[in-house]
Amino acid sequence: MSSMPAANADIIRQLQREILPLQGFRPPTAGKAVDFHLGPIEAAFPRLTFPTGAVHEFISRTTQQLAATHGFLGGLLAPLMKTGGACLWIAGGQRSFPPGFSIYGVSPDRLIFLDLPKEKDRCWAMEEALKCEALAAVVGEISEIGFTESRRLQLAVEQSRVTGFLLRHAPRNPGTVASVARWEITPLASAPEEGLPGIGFPRWQTTLLKVRNGRPGSWVVEWSAGRFQFPEEAPQVTALNTRRATHKRLTG
Amino acid sequence: MTPGSYVALWFPHLKTCWFRLRRPALRDKPFVLAISDHGRKLIAAADPKAEAQGIFAGATVADARAIIPGIEVLDDISGLSDKLLSALAEWCIRFTPVAAVDAPDGLLLDTTGCSHLWGGDQPYLQAILTRLQARGYDVRGAMAGTIGAAWALARFGRQAVIDDPAHQRDELLRLPPAALRLEAATLDKLQKLGLVTIGHFSHMARSALRRRFGPQLLRRLDQAFGHEEEFLQPLQPVGQYEERLPCLEPIATATGISIALQRLLETLTKRLQKEGKGIREAQLKAYRLDGKVEQQKIATNRPSDNAPHLFKLFELKIEAIEPDLGIELFTLEATKLEDLSPVQEQLWAGDQGLEARPIAELLDQITGRFGSGCIRRYLPDEHHPPERSIKPAQDLNEKPAIPWRTDRPRPTILLPQPVPILVTAPVPDYPPLLFRHQGKVHQIKKADGPERIECEWWLREGPHRDYYCVEDQDGARYWLFRSGHYTGDQTKQWFLHGYFP
Repeated sequence: MSSMPAANADIIRQLQREILPLQGFRPPTAGKAVDFHLGPIEAAFPRLTFPTGAVHEFISRTTQQLAATHGFLGGLLAPLMKTGGACLWIAGGQRSFPPGFSIYGVSPDRLIFLDLPKEKDRCWAMEEALKCEALAAVVGEISEIGFTESRRLQLAVEQSRVTGFLLRHAPRNPGTVASVARWEITPLASAPEEGLPGIGFPRWQTTLLKVRNGRPGSWVVEWSAGRFQFPEEAPQVTALNTRRATHKRLTG
Repeated sequence: MTPGSYVALWFPHLKTCWFRLRRPALRDKPFVLAISDHGRKLIAAADPKAEAQGIFAGATVADARAIIPGIEVLDDISGLSDKLLSALAEWCIRFTPVAAVDAPDGLLLDTTGCSHLWGGDQPYLQAILTRLQARGYDVRGAMAGTIGAAWALARFGRQAVIDDPAHQRDELLRLPPAALRLEAATLDKLQKLGLVTIGHFSHMARSALRRRFGPQLLRRLDQAFGHEEEFLQPLQPVGQYEERLPCLEPIATATGISIALQRLLETLTKRLQKEGKGIREAQLKAYRLDGKVEQQKIATNRPSDNAPHLFKLFELKIEAIEPDLGIELFTLEATKLEDLSPVQEQLWAGDQGLEARPIAELLDQITGRFGSGCIRRYLPDEHHPPERSIKPAQDLNEKPAIPWRTDRPRPTILLPQPVPILVTAPVPDYPPLLFRHQGKVHQIKKADGPERIECEWWLREGPHRDYYCVEDQDGARYWLFRSGHYTGDQTKQWFLHGYFP
């Protein structure tokens, strides 16, 4: 690499910049940049920002993990819905409880739930919803989604710039999905404040299993004072840079 | 008096035609329909072959048997003619929106402005008569400028279509007084006085006519000549917001239906935009060639005058319309309207709130496909038990009446039914040390609580609940509660009710 002429490196950088928008990483429209307070996690993404207007995928295997995912998702939804926007939540079987989201800054009355028992119907509804530019975000509980279906979602968000979140609870086969990132959120024991009994702020092991054009990694995230925090005393796991590690987590 | 045009249809053998259609065996035989009256059988209707032999309604069956010994006698069905007439009137809606039943044996159609689609009055009337005759009915019809004249000409006239008022008058004067829809007593009186055509008495002084024959004669005369307006009682009231699209050729393809629908929607929404109204509910009716009517309904969450959006809602239902041999008329009616304020539309145009029109349109589309039951939105409610602390919102516009509470921890997953768990809790009013759920032992490391939530005794009897937030050895957080007070017998049950992030 080092022997490569500087001109070539420039060309490669230029090409990479051009490829990014084609892959769904477009810079946010002027005045619409949203601050998610994701700190070190943002560095894992290309352009060093959490990509909006894309589909994110959350894998959970247990109900505990799903609850933790809800918390993390709440923290992402709040800035997206800050301007008064609404979020469509396409629900399958798992009953989420709207008041639980209010401490993450999401106004539960602006969550519109859609109960569709069939996975196929949920895919259809998610695609239609992602085409609706007036929505701030769309959450879809679709465990089994094929590459083709996910590609359709990707095409929908490229047009509308709506952010979509796929909640995949206990998928039989995570497979390959056309999402911009694959997350896994696991609850961690909270650290109570000095000298205080009881439970501290919610804390999660946030793992980015896959990021398109980014670096996967794992971080300890805490929700306190209305934003994501990165506790200093917790051991910060850095880049999970080998593909094999990612693969192992998924299959093992 | 507005210049109108009316068609009167007369079915002289309505019931016998129907019987003959139902029983092909009767085709070549004379037959009568009989009713029982004071122990004897009277003829209610006779078919043309029997009438040719001098058997008419009102005679006794015994007399008919004397004339034709082998005559077929069938029982009349009461209310049959009304039923048949309303079915025929409904069928006639494809020719005009205003069709009325004219008991006992006729139909009246208001055809003002309808005939140009058939290329003139004569082909129009001919089309109606031919189609009815093809269905097997004896029918006579006439078209004239007033209801009375059309009625008279259909039954007694020589000419079917009259468009010139002076000519119409001359024709009427030649007809017998029975053409005026008068009572039998009046007709008798006129007959006795030798007044056998309308022309004989129409020029007489009105006061004399009123004194002799009552006001009814004058009214009927005025109605026939168009001095007094007469109104039809349409079978189906014509909707205020209804658009019609008759088709030259029957339509049998989905593409054809969508084109028709688009045209109807365009004209209807253009009209609504002018009046500042939006559709909440609309109904599309497709009149098929075989007389059946296909219907499809849509509803919106918010009044809409957006034709492409409404078309999208109907589009999902087009495949449910069975064109069979073809559809010859489409009608689109806005059955429920609401005022639409354009100012408000603009105000919210760029915003992302719940009020945004695209969201309402998306939800309409979802409702159209899956039904309205699948959409839920919640507002806070003033109840303490968590499952009752939220209530479903009525519509998208409803705002929370009370703020959402954030002072108490609430889980993001609430189990629909609390799950009984086994716990070890050594000290009263303390969180348990461990609990067992789905075969796994959870050691409780940290806990918050209790938060006591009373059962609302004024609504329902039940024990109170003491809720604890607990965290186990893996860091997962749960919401547990103990039902009722801690008493000595240790029978109080613990439940898992939710998961915290």
